[in-house]
Amino acid sequence: MLIAIVVGIGVVLTHQSMPSIQKFGLSFWRTEIWDPVAGEFGALPFIWGTLYSSVLALLIATPIALGIAVFISELCPAALRQPLVFVTELLAAIPSIVYGLWGIFVLVPAVRSLETSLPDNVRKLPLFSGPPLGLGMLSAALILAIMVIPFISSISREVLKSVPPAQREGAYALGATRFEAIRAALFYARTGIIGAVMLGFGRALGETMAVTMVIGNNPKISASLFAPQYTMAAVVANEFAEAADDLYLSALVEIGLVLFIITLIINSLSRLLIWSMARTEAIVAEPVEAEATV
Amino acid sequence: MRLHTLAITLTAACALVTGVAAQTIKINGAGATFPYPIYSKWFSEYNKLHADVQINYQSIGSGGGIQQVTKQTVFFGATDGPMTPDQLTAAPGKIMHFPTVLGAVVPVYNIPSVKTELKFSGAVLADIFLGKITKWNDPAIAKLNVGVTLPATDITVAHRADGSGTTYIFVDYLAKVSPEWKSKVGVANSVNWPTGVGGRGNEGVAGLVTQTPGAIGYVELIYALQNKIAYGSVQNAEGEFVRASVPAVTAAAAEAVKVMPADFRVSITNAPGKGVYPISSFTWLLLYENAKDKAQAKTMVDFVKWALTDGQKYCADLGYAPLPEAVVKLEMAALAKIKIS
Repeated sequence: MLIAIVVGIGVVLTHQSMPSIQKFGLSFWRTEIWDPVAGEFGALPFIWGTLYSSVLALLIATPIALGIAVFISELCPAALRQPLVFVTELLAAIPSIVYGLWGIFVLVPAVRSLETSLPDNVRKLPLFSGPPLGLGMLSAALILAIMVIPFISSISREVLKSVPPAQREGAYALGATRFEAIRAALFYARTGIIGAVMLGFGRALGETMAVTMVIGNNPKISASLFAPQYTMAAVVANEFAEAADDLYLSALVEIGLVLFIITLIINSLSRLLIWSMARTEAIVAEPVEAEATV
Repeated sequence: MRLHTLAITLTAACALVTGVAAQTIKINGAGATFPYPIYSKWFSEYNKLHADVQINYQSIGSGGGIQQVTKQTVFFGATDGPMTPDQLTAAPGKIMHFPTVLGAVVPVYNIPSVKTELKFSGAVLADIFLGKITKWNDPAIAKLNVGVTLPATDITVAHRADGSGTTYIFVDYLAKVSPEWKSKVGVANSVNWPTGVGGRGNEGVAGLVTQTPGAIGYVELIYALQNKIAYGSVQNAEGEFVRASVPAVTAAAAEAVKVMPADFRVSITNAPGKGVYPISSFTWLLLYENAKDKAQAKTMVDFVKWALTDGQKYCADLGYAPLPEAVVKLEMAALAKIKIS
């Protein structure tokens, strides 16, 4: 049933984007032009913006989310645990439009003042070039990071909870410090944690409303954190309603198809990663067992 | 006992409602968001006068309106930019345009040190949005605003990220006053902006402008009036600097009557004439000349006649500019062509 739905989505997206696929072919994936007037469309700036913002968001969110998960499951006093869990999970319940509004009124001005306060020689670096608008990649990545933290932290917490107590007790028995015992638990739970991060990645890739409100919506590729850029989900949401001619409409649907394909690839890769890790674990584990029986 | 009476009343009420519903004519339409406030006012006022007519309008955007009316999933459409010849030939029957009210687009800006109202010419606006003028103290801006001390801050251009009739009107004007804009960017509901950042909706652009020192953007006149956002005046074809207002927008339409084509698909940006605000436009209803459902066609024609005459009095309260008499007269003649039997 689920497979049928996924295949169905793929078929409909492909069918609807046929005019654009026929006209642009594979060049759609590597063209930087998005010109509805001339009827020339390329997805590259949107692919770039989506991947850049999502990866950046994960780089920010993962350490924080893991920190929260470890604190809640390993270090936190029992009385504080429930309120903390409640508060982090509350973050997941906030609608993305609310995040977007908060982004416009709080985050963007804060990022702008950060940008203007940077010394000039830092501003010359390609990573920080461009006028200090506040809107742009950094704001988008920060807002995405806040949005994915509850996902990563609550799953990681569950995974850590399921680490057998024997693992920790074993570590302590071998004279491990608290820090080393936590490291051992994290290592034991690593496949689950990678799964959590990947779920966060999927969430970041598809996020639309909050991102479009702070990213600046400019389809130009730039490495700068301060430059306004654009994502796939955002352009579809923004331009779909007013796209009147067929080619334009099908180009927008093809953007949806590209996003769908990229999400599928990333999900498969993460499955593959987890699977291969589980396999090497089994290989490593075997000789140990053999020795034990000897 | 009480319950019993309640049940009887309820049944009676139900019977009454279904009895009325049997004769009600329901008409569905979809399209532009810009005229949505006045259209919904009209539909509800018209329903008070004619209880048997229910018109339902979905403001899904001009592009969506054109699509839905072409596919005949709705009876009428509405758009802020006239249909292109290609779109008209794609439709299964002849579609007629009827201007209903007028709107205008105004330049809004945020320069904290400047308190006086700035003046813009078409060429200057085009060069700013092309990214050729990048500083507020550029000689081209300074020349129009003698006596105003302009700072050396960078200009940040803010435009609509979503496809919009507002964008259509604005870039249609820029294309008329700047050959470079016409060849490089062109005219559509969304364009490939040479520079700047995009916001969603009028509120998105207004938000960008009010929060970013040195920003310039464009919003609908109604939006600027309702939210008390300061805006600049624009030089018209006669060389006068005109601050957008309801009469100045109606004036633009009055000038257009002289050159009005039979199908009303006319752009009135940069219209000639004294006192005319140059970034003005009609918004149109789209109706089939020979619709399948004649009862709906007749009802719709009656409604449009009412909207163009009595309905125009609601314009002022909602910030729209009413149609000039001469345009209404032409439209009445055109309405007679719609086949209602």
